Amino acid sequence: MKEFMFIFKGATQQYDFSPEEMQQHMHSWFSWVDDLKAKKIYLAGEALSPAGGKTVQGAKLLVTDGPFAESKELVGGFISIRAASIDEAVEIAKGCPDLQLDGAVEVREIMKLNNEESQP
Amino acid sequence: MKEADQVQHIVDHFFRHESGKMVAVLTRIFGTHNLEMVEDVVQEAFLQAMRTWRMNQLPDNPSGWLMQVARNRAIDIIRRQQLFHHYSQEVAGALLQETEQTVEQFFHETEIADSQLRMIFACCHPALKEEDQVALTLKTVSGFGVTEIARALMTNEAVIQKRLYRAKQYLKENTIALEIPAGNELTKRLHMVYTVLYLLFNEGYNSVKADELIRKDLCAEAMRLALLLAEHRSGKRPATFALLALMCLQASRFESRIDENNSIILLQHQDRNTWNKDLIQRGYFFLNLSSQGDELTIYHLESAIAAEHAMAASFEATNWKRMLKLYNLLLEQKRTPMVLLNRAIVLAQLQKAPQAIQEIWQIPNIENLLKSHYIFSAVLVDLYRQTGDEQHARKYLQQAYTMTTSLAEKKLIAGKLAANS
Repeated sequence: MKEFMFIFKGATQQYDFSPEEMQQHMHSWFSWVDDLKAKKIYLAGEALSPAGGKTVQGAKLLVTDGPFAESKELVGGFISIRAASIDEAVEIAKGCPDLQLDGAVEVREIMKLNNEESQP
Repeated sequence: MKEADQVQHIVDHFFRHESGKMVAVLTRIFGTHNLEMVEDVVQEAFLQAMRTWRMNQLPDNPSGWLMQVARNRAIDIIRRQQLFHHYSQEVAGALLQETEQTVEQFFHETEIADSQLRMIFACCHPALKEEDQVALTLKTVSGFGVTEIARALMTNEAVIQKRLYRAKQYLKENTIALEIPAGNELTKRLHMVYTVLYLLFNEGYNSVKADELIRKDLCAEAMRLALLLAEHRSGKRPATFALLALMCLQASRFESRIDENNSIILLQHQDRNTWNKDLIQRGYFFLNLSSQGDELTIYHLESAIAAEHAMAASFEATNWKRMLKLYNLLLEQKRTPMVLLNRAIVLAQLQKAPQAIQEIWQIPNIENLLKSHYIFSAVLVDLYRQTGDEQHARKYLQQAYTMTTSLAEKKLIAGKLAANS
Protein backbone atom coordinates (compact mmCIF):
# COMPACT_ATOMS: atom_id res chain seq x y z
CA MET A 1 0.00 0.00 0.00
CA LYS A 2 1.11 3.52 -0.80
CA GLU A 3 0.09 6.78 0.79
CA PHE A 4 -1.30 9.73 -1.10
CA MET A 5 -2.13 13.29 -0.31
CA PHE A 6 -5.22 15.01 -1.70
CA ILE A 7 -4.80 18.77 -1.91
CA PHE A 8 -8.05 20.68 -2.28
CA LYS A 9 -8.18 23.85 -4.34
CA GLY A 10 -10.93 26.36 -5.03
CA ALA A 11 -14.54 25.31 -4.29
CA THR A 12 -14.95 26.92 -0.88
CA GLN A 13 -13.77 30.30 -2.13
CA GLN A 14 -17.10 30.93 -3.81
CA TYR A 15 -19.33 33.45 -2.13
CA ASP A 16 -22.74 32.74 -3.56
CA PHE A 17 -23.62 29.70 -1.48
CA SER A 18 -26.85 29.76 0.46
CA PRO A 19 -26.73 28.49 4.07
CA GLU A 20 -28.63 25.39 2.99
CA GLU A 21 -26.16 24.68 0.18
CA MET A 22 -23.25 25.06 2.57
CA GLN A 23 -24.83 22.67 5.03
CA GLN A 24 -25.49 20.16 2.27
CA HIS A 25 -21.92 20.47 1.03
CA MET A 26 -20.66 19.88 4.55
CA HIS A 27 -22.83 16.78 4.89
CA SER A 28 -21.51 15.45 1.59
CA TRP A 29 -18.02 15.84 3.00
CA PHE A 30 -18.97 14.09 6.21
CA SER A 31 -20.25 11.08 4.34
CA TRP A 32 -17.27 11.05 1.98
CA VAL A 33 -14.75 11.11 4.84
CA ASP A 34 -16.85 8.66 6.88
CA ASP A 35 -16.75 6.30 3.95
CA LEU A 36 -12.95 6.57 3.68
CA LYS A 37 -12.69 5.91 7.42
CA ALA A 38 -14.99 2.91 7.21
CA LYS A 39 -12.73 1.47 4.52
CA LYS A 40 -9.78 2.17 6.84
CA ILE A 41 -7.88 4.11 4.19
CA TYR A 42 -8.22 7.59 5.74
CA LEU A 43 -5.06 8.72 7.52
CA ALA A 44 -5.30 12.40 8.42
CA GLY A 45 -6.59 15.74 7.23
CA GLU A 46 -6.53 19.45 7.98
CA ALA A 47 -8.24 22.58 6.76
CA LEU A 48 -6.16 25.68 5.99
CA SER A 49 -7.32 29.18 6.78
CA PRO A 50 -7.77 31.18 3.58
CA ALA A 51 -6.70 34.43 5.24
CA GLY A 52 -3.75 35.84 7.13
CA GLY A 53 -1.10 33.55 5.66
CA LYS A 54 2.52 34.60 5.10
CA THR A 55 5.22 33.45 2.72
CA VAL A 56 8.90 33.29 3.65
CA GLN A 57 11.16 33.27 0.65
CA GLY A 58 14.80 32.78 -0.27
CA ALA A 59 18.08 33.09 1.59
CA LYS A 60 17.22 36.65 2.51
CA LEU A 61 14.24 35.33 4.44
CA LEU A 62 11.91 37.72 2.69
CA VAL A 63 8.52 37.63 4.40
CA THR A 64 5.46 38.61 2.36
CA ASP A 65 1.73 38.53 2.92
CA GLY A 66 -0.17 35.90 1.10
CA PRO A 67 -0.28 33.48 -0.69
CA PHE A 68 -2.31 35.67 -3.01
CA ALA A 69 -3.10 32.87 -5.38
CA GLU A 70 -6.10 33.03 -7.67
CA SER A 71 -9.04 31.87 -5.57
CA LYS A 72 -9.33 28.85 -7.83
CA GLU A 73 -5.75 27.93 -6.99
CA LEU A 74 -5.91 28.60 -3.25
CA VAL A 75 -5.30 25.48 -1.18
CA GLY A 76 -8.18 24.97 1.25
CA GLY A 77 -6.90 21.85 2.96
CA PHE A 78 -5.55 18.37 2.53
CA ILE A 79 -6.10 14.80 3.59
CA SER A 80 -3.88 11.76 3.31
CA ILE A 81 -5.17 8.34 2.40
CA ARG A 82 -3.92 4.85 1.63
CA ALA A 83 -4.28 3.36 -1.84
CA ALA A 84 -2.62 0.65 -3.93
CA SER A 85 -1.76 2.88 -6.87
CA ILE A 86 -2.09 6.39 -8.23
CA ASP A 87 -4.99 5.18 -10.38
CA GLU A 88 -6.83 3.89 -7.35
CA ALA A 89 -6.12 7.15 -5.50
CA VAL A 90 -7.53 9.12 -8.42
CA GLU A 91 -10.70 7.02 -8.36
CA ILE A 92 -11.08 7.79 -4.66
CA ALA A 93 -10.47 11.49 -5.29
CA LYS A 94 -13.33 11.52 -7.80
CA GLY A 95 -15.71 11.14 -4.86
CA CYS A 96 -14.67 14.48 -3.36
CA PRO A 97 -17.71 16.79 -3.03
CA ASP A 98 -15.58 19.81 -3.99
CA LEU A 99 -15.61 18.66 -7.59
CA GLN A 100 -19.34 19.36 -7.81
CA LEU A 101 -18.53 22.98 -6.91
CA ASP A 102 -15.96 23.32 -9.67
CA GLY A 103 -13.11 22.76 -7.24
CA ALA A 104 -9.99 20.69 -7.93
CA VAL A 105 -8.20 17.87 -6.13
CA GLU A 106 -4.48 17.44 -6.62
CA VAL A 107 -3.46 13.82 -6.04
CA ARG A 108 0.18 13.30 -5.00
CA GLU A 109 1.99 10.28 -3.75
CA ILE A 110 3.72 10.73 -0.39
CA MET A 111 7.35 9.68 -0.71
CA LYS A 112 8.63 7.26 1.90
CA LEU A 113 12.27 6.46 2.47
CA ASN A 114 11.67 2.92 3.60
CA ASN A 115 9.05 2.16 1.05
CA GLU A 116 10.60 0.18 -1.78
CA GLU A 117 8.01 1.24 -4.28
CA SER A 118 8.73 4.90 -3.69
CA GLN A 119 12.40 4.57 -4.40
CA PRO A 120 13.71 5.48 -7.80
CA MET B 1 -13.50 18.24 18.82
CA LYS B 2 -15.97 15.57 17.94
CA GLU B 3 -15.78 12.56 15.72
CA ALA B 4 -17.75 12.02 12.57
CA ASP B 5 -20.44 9.97 14.25
CA GLN B 6 -21.54 13.13 16.06
CA VAL B 7 -22.64 14.60 12.75
CA GLN B 8 -26.27 13.88 13.50
CA HIS B 9 -26.19 16.71 16.01
CA ILE B 10 -26.32 19.18 13.16
CA VAL B 11 -30.03 19.21 12.56
CA ASP B 12 -31.76 19.85 9.27
CA HIS B 13 -31.67 23.49 8.18
CA PHE B 14 -29.28 24.32 11.03
CA PHE B 15 -27.33 26.79 8.89
CA ARG B 16 -30.52 28.47 7.71
CA HIS B 17 -31.81 28.95 11.22
CA GLU B 18 -28.45 30.12 12.55
CA SER B 19 -28.21 32.54 9.64
CA GLY B 20 -31.51 34.10 10.67
CA LYS B 21 -30.27 34.50 14.23
CA MET B 22 -26.91 35.97 13.27
CA VAL B 23 -28.36 38.41 10.74
CA ALA B 24 -30.88 39.59 13.35
CA VAL B 25 -28.31 40.10 16.11
CA LEU B 26 -25.78 41.84 13.86
CA THR B 27 -28.44 44.07 12.29
CA ARG B 28 -29.51 45.02 15.80
CA ILE B 29 -25.90 46.09 16.41
CA PHE B 30 -25.12 47.74 13.08
CA GLY B 31 -28.55 48.97 11.96
CA THR B 32 -30.68 48.14 8.93
CA HIS B 33 -28.63 50.55 6.81
CA ASN B 34 -25.73 48.11 7.18
CA LEU B 35 -27.74 45.02 6.25
CA GLU B 36 -25.55 44.34 3.25
CA MET B 37 -22.39 44.30 5.38
CA VAL B 38 -24.12 42.14 7.98
CA GLU B 39 -25.00 39.57 5.35
CA ASP B 40 -21.38 39.49 4.22
CA VAL B 41 -20.17 38.92 7.78
CA VAL B 42 -22.62 36.06 8.23
CA GLN B 43 -21.69 34.56 4.88
CA GLU B 44 -18.02 34.68 5.82
CA ALA B 45 -18.74 32.98 9.15
CA PHE B 46 -20.54 30.13 7.39
CA LEU B 47 -17.77 29.70 4.85
CA GLN B 48 -15.30 29.53 7.71
CA ALA B 49 -17.46 26.96 9.47
CA MET B 50 -17.87 24.90 6.34
CA ARG B 51 -14.14 24.89 5.60
CA THR B 52 -13.17 23.65 9.05
CA TRP B 53 -16.15 21.51 10.03
CA ARG B 54 -16.19 19.51 6.85
CA MET B 55 -12.82 18.01 7.82
CA ASN B 56 -14.69 16.34 10.66
CA GLN B 57 -13.75 18.95 13.19
CA LEU B 58 -17.19 19.70 14.51
CA PRO B 59 -17.15 21.99 17.55
CA ASP B 60 -18.91 20.87 20.74
CA ASN B 61 -21.37 23.71 20.38
CA PRO B 62 -21.78 24.57 16.67
CA SER B 63 -24.26 27.36 17.34
CA GLY B 64 -21.99 28.92 19.96
CA TRP B 65 -19.03 28.62 17.59
CA LEU B 66 -20.83 30.53 14.85
CA MET B 67 -22.06 33.18 17.27
CA GLN B 68 -18.51 33.59 18.57
CA VAL B 69 -17.26 34.26 15.04
CA ALA B 70 -20.05 36.80 14.53
CA ARG B 71 -19.37 38.48 17.87
CA ASN B 72 -15.63 38.76 17.27
CA ARG B 73 -16.20 40.16 13.82
CA ALA B 74 -18.67 42.72 15.18
CA ILE B 75 -16.21 43.93 17.82
CA ASP B 76 -13.48 44.02 15.21
CA ILE B 77 -15.53 46.20 12.86
CA ILE B 78 -16.43 48.64 15.61
CA ARG B 79 -12.85 48.76 16.85
CA ARG B 80 -11.62 49.70 13.41
CA GLN B 81 -14.19 52.42 12.97
CA GLN B 82 -13.65 53.92 16.39
CA LEU B 83 -9.96 54.62 15.77
CA PHE B 84 -8.92 53.99 19.35
CA HIS B 85 -5.39 55.15 18.58
CA HIS B 86 -6.70 58.72 18.73
CA TYR B 87 -6.85 58.34 22.50
CA SER B 88 -4.48 57.50 25.28
CA GLN B 89 -3.99 53.81 25.92
CA GLU B 90 -5.98 54.09 29.12
CA VAL B 91 -9.04 55.63 27.46
CA ALA B 92 -8.78 53.40 24.40
CA GLY B 93 -8.73 50.35 26.69
CA ALA B 94 -11.79 51.51 28.60
CA LEU B 95 -13.69 52.32 25.38
CA LEU B 96 -12.87 48.95 23.91
CA GLN B 97 -14.03 47.17 27.04
CA GLU B 98 -17.28 49.09 26.90
CA THR B 99 -17.70 48.19 23.23
CA GLU B 100 -17.19 44.53 24.00
CA GLN B 101 -19.74 44.63 26.81
CA THR B 102 -22.28 46.43 24.65
CA VAL B 103 -21.89 43.94 21.84
CA GLU B 104 -21.86 41.01 24.24
CA GLN B 105 -25.29 41.72 25.67
CA PHE B 106 -26.95 41.23 22.27
CA PHE B 107 -25.68 37.65 22.16
CA HIS B 108 -27.68 36.42 25.14
CA GLU B 109 -30.28 33.81 24.26
CA THR B 110 -33.30 35.99 25.07
CA GLU B 111 -31.82 38.96 23.22
CA ILE B 112 -31.28 36.79 20.15
CA ALA B 113 -34.96 35.82 20.10
CA ASP B 114 -35.85 39.46 20.64
CA SER B 115 -33.67 40.59 17.74
CA GLN B 116 -35.22 37.96 15.48
CA LEU B 117 -38.66 39.28 16.28
CA ARG B 118 -37.53 42.85 15.60
CA MET B 119 -36.09 41.68 12.31
CA ILE B 120 -39.41 40.10 11.35
CA PHE B 121 -41.15 43.36 12.19
CA ALA B 122 -38.70 45.33 10.04
CA CYS B 123 -39.18 42.93 7.12
CA CYS B 124 -42.93 43.39 7.41
CA HIS B 125 -42.68 47.17 7.53
CA PRO B 126 -45.98 48.62 6.25
CA ALA B 127 -44.24 50.81 3.66
CA LEU B 128 -42.94 47.73 1.84
CA LYS B 129 -44.89 45.91 -0.83
CA GLU B 130 -46.19 42.53 0.24
CA GLU B 131 -44.04 40.66 -2.28
CA ASP B 132 -40.98 42.52 -1.03
CA GLN B 133 -41.86 41.72 2.59
CA VAL B 134 -42.07 38.04 1.72
CA ALA B 135 -38.75 37.98 -0.14
CA LEU B 136 -36.93 39.95 2.55
CA THR B 137 -38.30 37.77 5.35
CA LEU B 138 -37.22 34.61 3.56
CA LYS B 139 -33.76 36.03 2.90
CA THR B 140 -32.90 37.64 6.22
CA VAL B 141 -35.03 35.89 8.84
CA SER B 142 -35.22 32.45 7.27
CA GLY B 143 -31.77 32.30 5.66
CA PHE B 144 -33.04 31.20 2.24
CA GLY B 145 -30.78 31.84 -0.76
CA VAL B 146 -32.01 33.81 -3.76
CA THR B 147 -32.31 30.65 -5.87
CA GLU B 148 -34.32 28.93 -3.15
CA ILE B 149 -36.68 31.88 -2.79
CA ALA B 150 -37.20 31.98 -6.54
CA ARG B 151 -37.93 28.26 -6.59
CA ALA B 152 -40.31 28.51 -3.65
CA LEU B 153 -42.23 31.45 -5.09
CA MET B 154 -42.01 30.10 -8.62
CA THR B 155 -40.39 33.08 -10.20
CA ASN B 156 -36.87 33.77 -11.43
CA GLU B 157 -33.80 34.96 -9.56
CA ALA B 158 -33.72 38.37 -11.22
CA VAL B 159 -37.21 39.12 -9.90
CA ILE B 160 -36.20 38.12 -6.37
CA GLN B 161 -32.98 40.14 -6.58
CA LYS B 162 -35.03 43.16 -7.57
CA ARG B 163 -37.48 42.73 -4.69
CA LEU B 164 -34.65 42.31 -2.19
CA TYR B 165 -32.82 45.32 -3.53
CA ARG B 166 -35.95 47.46 -3.36
CA ALA B 167 -36.73 46.38 0.21
CA LYS B 168 -33.19 46.84 1.49
CA GLN B 169 -32.93 50.18 -0.21
CA TYR B 170 -36.07 51.34 1.59
CA LEU B 171 -34.83 50.21 5.00
CA LYS B 172 -31.52 51.94 4.33
CA GLU B 173 -32.81 55.25 3.03
CA ASN B 174 -35.38 55.57 5.78
CA THR B 175 -33.10 54.20 8.51
CA ILE B 176 -35.83 51.87 9.70
CA ALA B 177 -35.02 50.88 13.26
CA LEU B 178 -35.13 47.32 14.53
CA GLU B 179 -37.79 47.94 17.09
CA ILE B 180 -40.88 46.44 18.59
CA PRO B 181 -43.75 48.85 18.01
CA ALA B 182 -45.82 49.82 21.06
CA GLY B 183 -49.54 49.74 21.77
CA ASN B 184 -51.85 49.92 18.80
CA GLU B 185 -48.94 49.99 16.38
CA LEU B 186 -47.84 46.60 17.67
CA THR B 187 -51.25 45.10 16.92
CA LYS B 188 -51.18 46.57 13.43
CA ARG B 189 -47.68 45.34 12.75
CA LEU B 190 -48.47 41.88 14.11
CA HIS B 191 -51.28 41.63 11.62
CA MET B 192 -48.87 42.50 8.81
CA VAL B 193 -46.61 39.72 10.08
CA TYR B 194 -49.54 37.28 10.17
CA THR B 195 -50.33 38.15 6.56
CA VAL B 196 -46.76 37.50 5.45
CA LEU B 197 -46.47 34.25 7.41
CA TYR B 198 -49.82 33.01 6.15
CA LEU B 199 -48.76 33.88 2.61
CA LEU B 200 -45.54 31.93 3.07
CA PHE B 201 -47.49 28.98 4.40
CA ASN B 202 -50.00 29.07 1.57
CA GLU B 203 -47.28 29.33 -1.05
CA GLY B 204 -45.95 26.07 0.32
CA TYR B 205 -49.32 24.47 0.88
CA ASN B 206 -51.07 25.33 -2.35
CA SER B 207 -48.54 25.62 -5.12
CA VAL B 208 -48.59 22.13 -6.61
CA LYS B 209 -46.24 23.33 -9.31
CA ALA B 210 -43.21 23.77 -7.07
CA ASP B 211 -41.35 20.66 -6.00
CA GLU B 212 -42.44 18.98 -2.82
CA LEU B 213 -39.23 19.50 -0.88
CA ILE B 214 -39.25 23.28 -1.12
CA ARG B 215 -43.00 23.43 -0.46
CA LYS B 216 -42.56 21.54 2.79
CA ASP B 217 -39.67 23.81 3.70
CA LEU B 218 -41.88 26.85 3.23
CA CYS B 219 -44.69 25.48 5.38
CA ALA B 220 -42.28 24.40 8.09
CA GLU B 221 -40.56 27.78 8.01
CA ALA B 222 -43.83 29.70 8.28
CA MET B 223 -44.74 27.55 11.28
CA ARG B 224 -41.33 28.04 12.87
CA LEU B 225 -41.65 31.82 12.62
CA ALA B 226 -45.21 31.74 13.95
CA LEU B 227 -43.96 29.71 16.90
CA LEU B 228 -41.15 32.22 17.45
CA LEU B 229 -43.80 34.91 17.55
CA ALA B 230 -45.98 32.92 19.96
CA GLU B 231 -43.10 32.42 22.35
CA HIS B 232 -42.23 36.10 22.60
CA ARG B 233 -43.93 38.37 25.11
CA SER B 234 -44.90 40.81 22.33
CA GLY B 235 -46.34 38.14 20.08
CA LYS B 236 -48.00 35.92 22.67
CA ARG B 237 -51.56 36.74 21.63
CA PRO B 238 -54.78 34.88 20.83
CA ALA B 239 -54.52 35.87 17.14
CA THR B 240 -51.00 34.42 16.93
CA PHE B 241 -52.24 31.19 18.49
CA ALA B 242 -55.12 31.12 16.01
CA LEU B 243 -52.68 31.44 13.11
CA LEU B 244 -50.56 28.63 14.54
CA ALA B 245 -53.65 26.46 15.04
CA LEU B 246 -54.64 27.07 11.43
CA MET B 247 -51.19 26.14 10.14
CA CYS B 248 -51.00 22.97 12.25
CA LEU B 249 -54.45 21.80 11.17
CA GLN B 250 -53.78 22.50 7.50
CA ALA B 251 -50.33 20.92 7.64
CA SER B 252 -51.83 17.76 9.14
CA ARG B 253 -53.30 17.06 5.70
CA PHE B 254 -50.14 17.90 3.77
CA GLU B 255 -49.27 14.28 2.92
CA SER B 256 -52.84 13.27 2.19
CA ARG B 257 -53.61 15.73 -0.59
CA ILE B 258 -51.44 14.28 -3.35
CA ASP B 259 -51.52 10.68 -4.54
CA GLU B 260 -48.61 8.66 -5.93
CA ASN B 261 -49.26 10.07 -9.43
CA ASN B 262 -48.93 13.60 -8.08
CA SER B 263 -52.66 14.17 -8.54
CA ILE B 264 -54.64 16.28 -6.08
CA ILE B 265 -56.95 14.36 -3.79
CA LEU B 266 -59.96 16.43 -2.83
CA LEU B 267 -60.92 16.72 0.81
CA GLN B 268 -63.91 14.38 0.38
CA HIS B 269 -61.71 11.63 -1.04
CA GLN B 270 -58.79 11.89 1.36
CA ASP B 271 -58.04 8.98 3.64
CA ARG B 272 -58.58 10.64 6.99
CA ASN B 273 -56.44 8.00 8.70
CA THR B 274 -53.41 9.48 6.96
CA TRP B 275 -53.93 12.91 8.50
CA ASN B 276 -51.13 13.69 10.92
CA LYS B 277 -52.67 13.23 14.35
CA ASP B 278 -49.81 14.85 16.17
CA LEU B 279 -50.27 18.08 14.19
CA ILE B 280 -54.04 17.92 14.69
CA GLN B 281 -53.52 17.67 18.45
CA ARG B 282 -51.15 20.62 18.34
CA GLY B 283 -53.72 22.48 16.27
CA TYR B 284 -56.38 21.88 18.94
CA PHE B 285 -53.93 22.99 21.61
CA PHE B 286 -53.31 26.34 19.94
CA LEU B 287 -56.97 26.68 19.03
CA ASN B 288 -57.74 26.40 22.70
CA LEU B 289 -55.19 29.09 23.56
CA SER B 290 -56.59 31.34 20.84
CA SER B 291 -60.02 31.47 22.44
CA GLN B 292 -58.89 33.85 25.20
CA GLY B 293 -59.79 37.49 24.80
CA ASP B 294 -62.50 38.96 22.62
CA GLU B 295 -60.68 39.41 19.34
CA LEU B 296 -62.14 37.36 16.49
CA THR B 297 -59.71 37.38 13.59
CA ILE B 298 -59.88 35.60 10.24
CA TYR B 299 -57.34 33.17 11.69
CA HIS B 300 -59.77 32.28 14.47
CA LEU B 301 -62.48 31.58 11.93
CA GLU B 302 -60.30 29.75 9.45
CA SER B 303 -58.74 27.59 12.15
CA ALA B 304 -62.23 26.80 13.48
CA ILE B 305 -63.21 25.74 9.95
CA ALA B 306 -60.08 23.59 9.65
CA ALA B 307 -60.86 22.06 13.06
CA GLU B 308 -64.39 21.14 11.92
CA HIS B 309 -62.85 19.13 9.10
CA ALA B 310 -60.35 17.53 11.45
CA MET B 311 -63.08 16.51 13.89
CA ALA B 312 -65.46 15.02 11.32
CA ALA B 313 -65.24 11.25 10.94
CA SER B 314 -65.97 11.56 7.23
CA PHE B 315 -66.65 14.30 4.69
CA GLU B 316 -70.38 13.52 4.84
CA ALA B 317 -70.35 13.64 8.64
CA THR B 318 -69.01 17.21 8.66
CA ASN B 319 -71.13 19.61 10.68
CA TRP B 320 -72.13 21.67 7.65
CA LYS B 321 -74.56 23.86 9.58
CA ARG B 322 -71.82 25.00 11.89
CA MET B 323 -69.55 25.35 8.89
CA LEU B 324 -72.03 27.72 7.23
CA LYS B 325 -72.12 29.88 10.35
CA LEU B 326 -68.34 30.07 10.39
CA TYR B 327 -68.24 31.01 6.71
CA ASN B 328 -70.87 33.68 7.27
CA LEU B 329 -68.70 35.19 9.99
CA LEU B 330 -65.62 34.91 7.83
CA LEU B 331 -67.38 36.72 4.99
CA GLU B 332 -67.84 39.74 7.24
CA GLN B 333 -64.05 40.08 7.51
CA LYS B 334 -62.74 38.52 4.33
CA ARG B 335 -65.10 38.92 1.43
CA THR B 336 -62.88 37.30 -1.18
CA PRO B 337 -63.96 35.19 -4.16
CA MET B 338 -62.35 32.11 -2.56
CA VAL B 339 -64.33 32.48 0.65
CA LEU B 340 -67.53 33.01 -1.35
CA LEU B 341 -66.75 29.94 -3.40
CA ASN B 342 -66.07 27.79 -0.35
CA ARG B 343 -69.25 29.00 1.25
CA ALA B 344 -71.14 27.93 -1.88
CA ILE B 345 -69.66 24.43 -1.50
CA VAL B 346 -70.99 24.32 2.07
CA LEU B 347 -74.43 25.41 0.85
CA ALA B 348 -74.43 22.57 -1.66
CA GLN B 349 -73.67 20.11 1.15
CA LEU B 350 -76.78 21.43 2.90
CA GLN B 351 -78.85 20.38 -0.16
CA LYS B 352 -78.94 23.94 -1.47
CA ALA B 353 -77.07 23.43 -4.74
CA PRO B 354 -79.31 25.75 -6.81
CA GLN B 355 -78.74 28.55 -4.29
CA ALA B 356 -75.02 27.78 -4.29
CA ILE B 357 -74.87 28.12 -8.10
CA GLN B 358 -76.74 31.38 -7.88
CA GLU B 359 -74.32 32.73 -5.30
CA ILE B 360 -71.31 31.75 -7.38
CA TRP B 361 -72.70 33.73 -10.31
CA GLN B 362 -73.04 36.69 -7.96
CA ILE B 363 -69.36 36.70 -7.03
CA PRO B 364 -68.01 40.06 -8.24
CA ASN B 365 -66.03 39.75 -11.44
CA ILE B 366 -66.96 36.05 -11.77
CA GLU B 367 -66.70 36.05 -15.58
CA ASN B 368 -63.02 36.93 -15.38
CA LEU B 369 -62.38 34.57 -12.47
CA LEU B 370 -63.84 31.72 -14.51
CA LYS B 371 -61.38 32.56 -17.24
CA SER B 372 -58.37 32.85 -14.94
CA HIS B 373 -58.85 30.27 -12.17
CA TYR B 374 -59.83 26.70 -12.98
CA ILE B 375 -61.20 26.05 -9.48
CA PHE B 376 -64.33 28.18 -10.11
CA SER B 377 -65.25 26.11 -13.16
CA ALA B 378 -64.42 22.92 -11.31
CA VAL B 379 -66.80 23.74 -8.46
CA LEU B 380 -69.54 24.75 -10.91
CA VAL B 381 -69.17 21.31 -12.52
CA ASP B 382 -69.93 19.57 -9.24
CA LEU B 383 -72.83 21.85 -8.42
CA TYR B 384 -74.48 21.57 -11.85
CA ARG B 385 -74.10 17.83 -11.63
CA GLN B 386 -75.84 17.82 -8.26
CA THR B 387 -78.81 19.60 -9.79
CA GLY B 388 -78.83 17.17 -12.72
CA ASP B 389 -77.80 19.79 -15.27
CA GLU B 390 -75.34 17.64 -17.18
CA GLN B 391 -75.10 20.05 -20.10
CA HIS B 392 -73.68 22.90 -18.03
CA ALA B 393 -71.54 20.48 -16.03
CA ARG B 394 -69.76 19.29 -19.17
CA LYS B 395 -69.29 22.81 -20.45
CA TYR B 396 -67.39 23.91 -17.34
CA LEU B 397 -65.51 20.64 -17.09
CA GLN B 398 -64.00 21.31 -20.51
CA GLN B 399 -63.25 24.87 -19.49
CA ALA B 400 -61.52 23.79 -16.28
CA TYR B 401 -59.37 21.33 -18.19
CA THR B 402 -58.09 23.79 -20.75
CA MET B 403 -57.40 26.37 -18.09
CA THR B 404 -55.18 24.70 -15.55
CA THR B 405 -51.48 24.53 -16.27
CA SER B 406 -50.81 22.31 -13.29
CA LEU B 407 -50.30 18.69 -14.21
CA ALA B 408 -51.77 17.53 -10.91
CA GLU B 409 -54.92 19.55 -11.52
CA LYS B 410 -55.17 18.36 -15.13
CA LYS B 411 -55.07 14.76 -13.94
CA LEU B 412 -57.79 15.46 -11.43
CA ILE B 413 -60.09 16.94 -14.06
CA ALA B 414 -59.23 14.30 -16.66
CA GLY B 415 -60.31 11.72 -14.10
CA LYS B 416 -63.68 13.40 -13.79
CA LEU B 417 -64.15 13.68 -17.55
CA ALA B 418 -63.40 10.00 -17.95
CA ALA B 419 -65.65 8.93 -15.08
CA ASN B 420 -68.65 10.64 -16.60
CA SER B 421 -68.23 10.07 -20.30
